[in-house]
Amino acid sequence: MFVLAITGIIFGVVFTLLIYAIIKFRRRGTDAGSEPAQVYGSTQIELAWTIIPILIVVVLYLATARVIHAIQDAPESATAIDVIVIGHQYWWEFRYPKLGIVTANELHIPVSDPANPTPTFLKLLSADTDHSFWVPELAGKTDLVPNHPNRMWMDPQRIGIFLGQCAQYCGTQHAKMLLRVFVDSPRDFAAWVRAQQQPAIQDASVRAGRGAFESTACINCHAVAGTPADGRFGPDLTHLMSRTTIASGATENTSENLRLWIQNPNAIKPGSLMPAMKLSDADLDAIVNYMETLR
Amino acid sequence: MSAITIPLPDSASSWILPYRGKVAMAGLIIAESAIFTIFVVAYLFYLGKSLTGPTPRDVLELPIFYTICLLSSSLTIHLAAKSLERNRGGLFLGLWLLTSALGGSFLYGTAREWLRLIYGHGLTISTNLFGTTYYSLVGLHAFHVTVGLIMLLLVAIFALAGRLSVKHSRRVEVLSMYWHFVDAVWVVVFTVVYVLGR
Amino acid sequence: MSMNAITISGVRLEEKPWVDTLHEWLTTVDHKRLGILYIIYALLLLIVAGIEALIIRIQLMHSHNNFVSPQVFNRMFTMHGTTMIFFVIMPVLFGFANYLVPLMIGARDMAFPRLNAFSFWLTALGGLLLYFSFLGGNGLYGAGNAPDVGWWAYAPLTARAFSTGHSSDYWTLALLVSGFGSIGTAINIIATVVCLRCPGMKLTRMPLMAWLNLVMSGMVLIAITPLSAAQIMLLVDRYLGGHFFDTQAGGSAVLWMHFFWIFGHPEVYILIIPAFAFMSEIVPVFSRKPIFGYPVMVAATIAIAFVSMSVWAHHMFTVGMNSYANSFFTITSMVIAVPTGIKIFNWLGTMWGGRIQFKTPMLFSIGFLFQFLIGGLTGVMQATAPFDWQLSLSYFVVAHFHYVIVGGIVFAVFAAFYYWYPKMTGRMLSEKLGKWHFWLFLIGFHLTFDVMHIPGLLGMPRRIYTYEPVRGWDTLNLIITIGAFIQGIAILVFVANLVVSYFNGAQAGNDPWDAWTLEWSVSSPPPAYNFAFIPVVASRRPLWDQKHPEDPDSRYE
Repeated sequence: MFVLAITGIIFGVVFTLLIYAIIKFRRRGTDAGSEPAQVYGSTQIELAWTIIPILIVVVLYLATARVIHAIQDAPESATAIDVIVIGHQYWWEFRYPKLGIVTANELHIPVSDPANPTPTFLKLLSADTDHSFWVPELAGKTDLVPNHPNRMWMDPQRIGIFLGQCAQYCGTQHAKMLLRVFVDSPRDFAAWVRAQQQPAIQDASVRAGRGAFESTACINCHAVAGTPADGRFGPDLTHLMSRTTIASGATENTSENLRLWIQNPNAIKPGSLMPAMKLSDADLDAIVNYMETLR
Repeated sequence: MSAITIPLPDSASSWILPYRGKVAMAGLIIAESAIFTIFVVAYLFYLGKSLTGPTPRDVLELPIFYTICLLSSSLTIHLAAKSLERNRGGLFLGLWLLTSALGGSFLYGTAREWLRLIYGHGLTISTNLFGTTYYSLVGLHAFHVTVGLIMLLLVAIFALAGRLSVKHSRRVEVLSMYWHFVDAVWVVVFTVVYVLGR
Repeated sequence: MSMNAITISGVRLEEKPWVDTLHEWLTTVDHKRLGILYIIYALLLLIVAGIEALIIRIQLMHSHNNFVSPQVFNRMFTMHGTTMIFFVIMPVLFGFANYLVPLMIGARDMAFPRLNAFSFWLTALGGLLLYFSFLGGNGLYGAGNAPDVGWWAYAPLTARAFSTGHSSDYWTLALLVSGFGSIGTAINIIATVVCLRCPGMKLTRMPLMAWLNLVMSGMVLIAITPLSAAQIMLLVDRYLGGHFFDTQAGGSAVLWMHFFWIFGHPEVYILIIPAFAFMSEIVPVFSRKPIFGYPVMVAATIAIAFVSMSVWAHHMFTVGMNSYANSFFTITSMVIAVPTGIKIFNWLGTMWGGRIQFKTPMLFSIGFLFQFLIGGLTGVMQATAPFDWQLSLSYFVVAHFHYVIVGGIVFAVFAAFYYWYPKMTGRMLSEKLGKWHFWLFLIGFHLTFDVMHIPGLLGMPRRIYTYEPVRGWDTLNLIITIGAFIQGIAILVFVANLVVSYFNGAQAGNDPWDAWTLEWSVSSPPPAYNFAFIPVVASRRPLWDQKHPEDPDSRYE
């Protein structure tokens, strides 16, 4: 705001002077042929309009430097939630190392109370190219650069769902590498954590689907905790149904969308790295049924 | 309306500006220095960061002899240019050919070293970060030496054909500026790669 | 050209066959013709890159649009940026410099006419190589087409693994080739200005156009070359198995960013400084006063050149540099606003107390002053790193840089066209069409780029081929698109003006604007040799001295 005020004032002053000059010093009919006084410069004026901007810059800089250090060098408190974010083409992997949780695309964090802060500290890594984590209403963005771990923090004071997306061009589907951050009340957050910590629900009625899933290439990329599936190239599916969207926010998590996604990802997110699995209709239905039990 | 003719009392006759060949070569040298600087920065940045493979200490040997060759060629080319200015054509040719030979031997030395590194130690441009940055930096320099050598030989051909005289001395000086630049770059590369880097 | 011909009654002039004219132009080493070739080349590619922009804007007109696929969209924004910077703005600025600098310093040509031609053709063919990628970019697996990695081509997106086929190679090679052309022209300008000034024209008497192009050329030598170096490194990675930017082998993606922006930031000052030069020639003439504070204008430009080499990482505030680095780049980025602001004040001071004529060149110049002020201020806002953590990589940045590049540089280039077209062709451009051009472009520009700041502030990132309706960016994007089309129409009016005036414009004579620098002392267009007698000058405004012998500048300098 301070910055805006200063630049606004500078703009106002110069703008006014320009308008004034255009109006007052325009050529009039009576001027034909004569030239105005040929002024080459004025040391005093030029000194003034050099010194004043320098002073403005000094003030602006000091104010800014303070904020830079406050944000970047903030120490991590013991009550902070730790999340490791790994950027992939074109989805987000979230790991909570101290809580033993692995999930994708939708982040749950607790709301923070100024009296008793529980901020979330994120460690940002990348599995492939550059990405950037940006949820405008919660924090400035920080990039995810391979071989260059970064750190940022969020201290949300309001409960709700906050939207964001990848901000550093990372390839074909950069536009649909979306983020949903759920800032939960402490009780909702604890409940979510407990549910995520469970291994996958074992539902006997979808044994056919689970069999198809585990015997096709699915498990090369995807993991389902408590089963042989432990691929890490794609999102963890253990609690797929706890998410409101699929394909990193590209579409709602419904039965039809899930089926379409598995059958033909390019219909939803052309250029995503999930291959069309070319399953038979029977296998496809069975697998979708299996997926829908992974709450 | 024709040109302005406000005659000035004195400056019109004593209006002498620098020789454009030298100014242009200075510009080229500045640009090339910037390119080399970036390669040197990359080399320094990646020192010690290779994940595998031979390190500079393991495989590099100080190329003292070939460095002396190259650096003394700066002296010989300087003397050659001066001889041409004084119309000592024979001396010029001798010194010029000596310069070319010294430059040629430097390139030979580089080639020998690379053969040893590649076949003796298995270090190639794709082996690790050291390999990439080493061959790129030294190779870029060797490329510039090669281009310089080609220019030197062209001038030698014209000199041998009896076509070079005093009036070409300014141009020869421009070429010798380039050659001095190549030597100066080698001083930097030598220091960074063979002294600091090990 | 026939308008130069003298008509003697009873004598019929032979028409020169058009193939001879074509051959002359293709083999010319005359700085004036090369200047025109650069300018025409830039205009052609302006149309192409403009169409790419319109494709982008149509796709973004509303959420979930599918006018083009994501793959095509990504190529469009990459090509639009690359083309505009390297094959439109740089050539047009080099074109004007080529044409005008020798004339303004009283020389007969550039220092190295053949190098001049060589540099032009390198640039021209570099552009053709870039566009050939649309046809030839298919490599192994049929993947790849025009480059789609953004005009910064960040690593590791450009690595073989993520950028299959040859599209990234077209980007790299086209820019390497045209980069060498730029270096050649820069060397030429420096040698010309240092060595070929006419007697009496000390450096302190040179027109600012010559000074600023000298400074710009010096910057080209040390700013373009880091990009060339990085591109050579990229080729080593892609073709020789090198690891410069290979993060799997311990390489650094951030190193590419540093190298790119060490080029990229000075590059934008390379683009704006010649635009400042145009303003410094045009604003005085239409205010009827000399430039206010000539020595400081030179000093400020040199200061800008130096400081610009120290601000580059303000493009990398989000990359995770430590707080000391971020603070350093914050202060340098703010400091550079000081000499830049001083220049705006000096132009204001030039207008102050003058008798301003609102001919088309001056209209565009006034537009420049307002818009560059605003664009510069949004730049200062982004120099504050914490603010930039929100604004970076969003449409706020896109709005900012289009404000300075289009609102600043392009307006200045238009001013230069209207001012010097008479000198180059002997005809005046139509004032009526000029005013239509100005007002249409002004309205379109503001509709697009004023509004564009808002989606950025609301969180819309750049380089996305579509966006979600729930974010509420639809209406804003629609307005932006409409503005883009209005600008397109304005460009058509401009092109029509250029063509129509060539045949029907009023005869310009030597000095249609009653100006003061040496190019206005020769015919329009000038003879091939420029000056029959090399001029001798005694002040910064030789023609003012000639027109006002009772009050020459030489008395006051």
